[in-house]
Amino acid sequence: MPKITIDSIEVEVVQGTTIMDAARQIDPHTAPPAMCYHSGLNGSGGKCRTCLVKVVQTSETNPRPMPKLVPACRTLVEDGMKVENNSSPEVISARKGIVELLLINHPLDCPVCDQAGECDLQNLTFQHGAETTRYTEDRRRYPTKSLGNLIQLHMNRCILCFRCVYAADQLTDGRDHGVLNRGDASEIGTYIEKSIDNDFSGNLIDVCPVGALTDKTFRFKSRVWFTKPVYAHRQCETCCGKGVLWLKGHEVLRITGRRNAVGEVTEFICNTCRFESKSLHHWEVEGPAPIDQRSVISQNHYTS
Amino acid sequence: MVKLLLDGIEDPSIRYLNGYRAHGGYQSIEKAITMSPLDIVEEVKKSGLRGRGGAGFSTGMKWSFLDRKSDKPRYLVCNADESEPGTFKDRYLMEKIPHRLIEGMIVSSYALGVRHAFIYVRGELIWVAKHLEHAVGEAYSAGYLGNHILGSNFSLDLTIHVGAGAYICGEESALLESLEGKRGYPRIKPPFPAVSGLYGCPTVINNVESIAAVPWIVTHGGDAYSKIGVDKSTGTKLISASGHINRPGVYEIELGLPVEEFIYSESYCGGIKNGRALKAVIAGGSSVPILPAELILKTASGQPRLMTYESLNDGGFTSGTMLGSGGFIVMDDTTCIVRNTWNLARFYHHESCGQCSPCREGTGWMEKILHRIEHGHGTQADIDLLVDVSKKIEGNTICALGDAAAWPVASAVRHFRHEFEFHVRHPDQVTAPNHVANAAAYKYEEITHAKNND
Ligand SMILES: Cc1cc2nc3c(=O)[nH]c(=O)nc-3n(C[C@H](O)[C@H](O)[C@H](O)COP(=O)(O)O)c2cc1C
Ligand code: SF4
Ligand code: FES
Repeated sequence: MPKITIDSIEVEVVQGTTIMDAARQIDPHTAPPAMCYHSGLNGSGGKCRTCLVKVVQTSETNPRPMPKLVPACRTLVEDGMKVENNSSPEVISARKGIVELLLINHPLDCPVCDQAGECDLQNLTFQHGAETTRYTEDRRRYPTKSLGNLIQLHMNRCILCFRCVYAADQLTDGRDHGVLNRGDASEIGTYIEKSIDNDFSGNLIDVCPVGALTDKTFRFKSRVWFTKPVYAHRQCETCCGKGVLWLKGHEVLRITGRRNAVGEVTEFICNTCRFESKSLHHWEVEGPAPIDQRSVISQNHYTS
Repeated sequence: MVKLLLDGIEDPSIRYLNGYRAHGGYQSIEKAITMSPLDIVEEVKKSGLRGRGGAGFSTGMKWSFLDRKSDKPRYLVCNADESEPGTFKDRYLMEKIPHRLIEGMIVSSYALGVRHAFIYVRGELIWVAKHLEHAVGEAYSAGYLGNHILGSNFSLDLTIHVGAGAYICGEESALLESLEGKRGYPRIKPPFPAVSGLYGCPTVINNVESIAAVPWIVTHGGDAYSKIGVDKSTGTKLISASGHINRPGVYEIELGLPVEEFIYSESYCGGIKNGRALKAVIAGGSSVPILPAELILKTASGQPRLMTYESLNDGGFTSGTMLGSGGFIVMDDTTCIVRNTWNLARFYHHESCGQCSPCREGTGWMEKILHRIEHGHGTQADIDLLVDVSKKIEGNTICALGDAAAWPVASAVRHFRHEFEFHVRHPDQVTAPNHVANAAAYKYEEITHAKNND
């Protein structure tokens, strides 16, 4: 099994592991940030470039460094590889640059965005962003679009991570959802505004790292940190039936899939579970859902 | 003057099979099928031929990386998507002598063990694709393509595919996606095409000019080719010269020609138009760093600059540039460098595929800053911001389009900072569309107005 050193910590991983997954094995919190890679979606990753790391030694047999920073999520480890992540000023500076670029056209509308509090871009900005913007031009704007009666698309907030495209492709049938146009005019769209109507379409909301795809049945109901997440399961014919209920008192405000330590959805759930089972009597509650200590949700001073 | 690629171009009938054969065309195939494929690869290696698409990577080496062990079919794809501003050499060759490329495709396919090859033609060059298709038809009827070529065991099909006109589809992995019928997004490498290319099979992708040089190498031998040119820049190169020169056009030069001779000789560019002074040159297509007159004629160490990969690169990016794809753009002293840089930034912004964030967002930002400076709304801080944004893109993107967008901007500020500062300090003087900050005088206060930028 190949051994790889990341920021002077050695770890042994199975052949075919990416640098990202190796780093997550060491500690999910110090692993490179991932805005586009999602381990549950084939082919994802390589696009946002926030996970760039420096390979100072390619392998035991090839001691040369790699000429450029490489995306940790799409680079496979080799035996004897040495990687610098948080310890390399070059990596940190590149990451800062990427965050700045991701934000120049972002509306920064966290105060009115449902994703606030559980937004990967917000967390990334908190960690690597600058206090002010150097971008003085007009920001890109799109009209808000409705993707059917369950999902709302705020293209302004989209960082074009392509996760929802892969999710739509791999979890739902038909090819309705994709990227239209090119370059910075690219937008997520369902061809001719065709609505997404599919048993698993709700997962597009979960994989979206920002507030571009939001749950219409939850929009503006509550800030997420006013709700309490609990694990629950139910008998379901179409999916695993394992969800997270977000409660305010005994009221179920929304239902999502479960996430791992790095915020990836582990098992996708169907729309019946997500949208049509919003009552405690549909579910068998297991207990509180684990939430990262640093997350604003875990502060939860406001719920009973 | 040696002519290998454009040999016979003065005869219009060379566009057709008979005319081409009258000039000795298709002889290399007869020789090739008596040789072993690996021997041909060896000859190409010996020739020192380097990829003419921009990166200058050894063609023989690229061929030897092709995965021959896999039991999947192997493909050869010719990159005829030429869309780099300033580069128009492939188009000229295909327009005038389409059979030279086809002959190259046949010989190269034989060497690589390819059964089906493709030529991916840029969407805008629809008439070129028609010429090629006609020529392919002729080659089929003459038995140079199809089953059992010239009675041998070697069979080959050749397909002409027309893109939809996107610069990004010239990037080899985006080209493959497009050829497969998908959106032209570059792939994330590795794996490289030599292992997993078209339809996941081992694939070689070469530029038109690289492939068109192969018949000559097979006929005359790799050693003969390596004797042309200097050192590691062997053979001849097509240069498409444009801008403020007396004789714009496509020239086949022997590598090693001094840049000064290329610009001023009557056999090539014929000097600067209207006898004006040379201001700057973009030597290898719009992506390579721009150099001011004093650095393009001589290197920083005072050596005469030659048209070779090494000499143009002398000084790295501090004082050098690249041979690139051979798009030689000459600018006289009436050119506004800021306006020129803005125009290039506009191109890259428009052509960015939008897949990765640094290129998608950064190219647009650079264009906006340049637009601001050019139109007299910039600040001193904008100039540094511009360089900083270019640094955030460079090296951090999926494909080299990000670098191609960053280099022209960074080099323009590096060599012509005074002109950017002029725009910032004298907004009133840069509002006319034909304004120009006079770089030759190196004084901020001096400005000349050219009547028009012809
Ligand atoms: C954005 C971009 C555009 C490119 N456009 C072209 C092109 O139009 N024609 C070409 O031959 N190579 C182009 N290239 C280079 C190709 O990726 C590839 O390196 C080349 O076709 C290899 O052929 P060669 O080894 O014969 O040069 C481009 C590269 C990039 C990054
Ligand atoms: S809508 Fe969300 S998931 Fe889809 S590409 Fe945009 S940011 Fe990614
Ligand atoms: S997470 Fe690796 S590039 Fe986006």
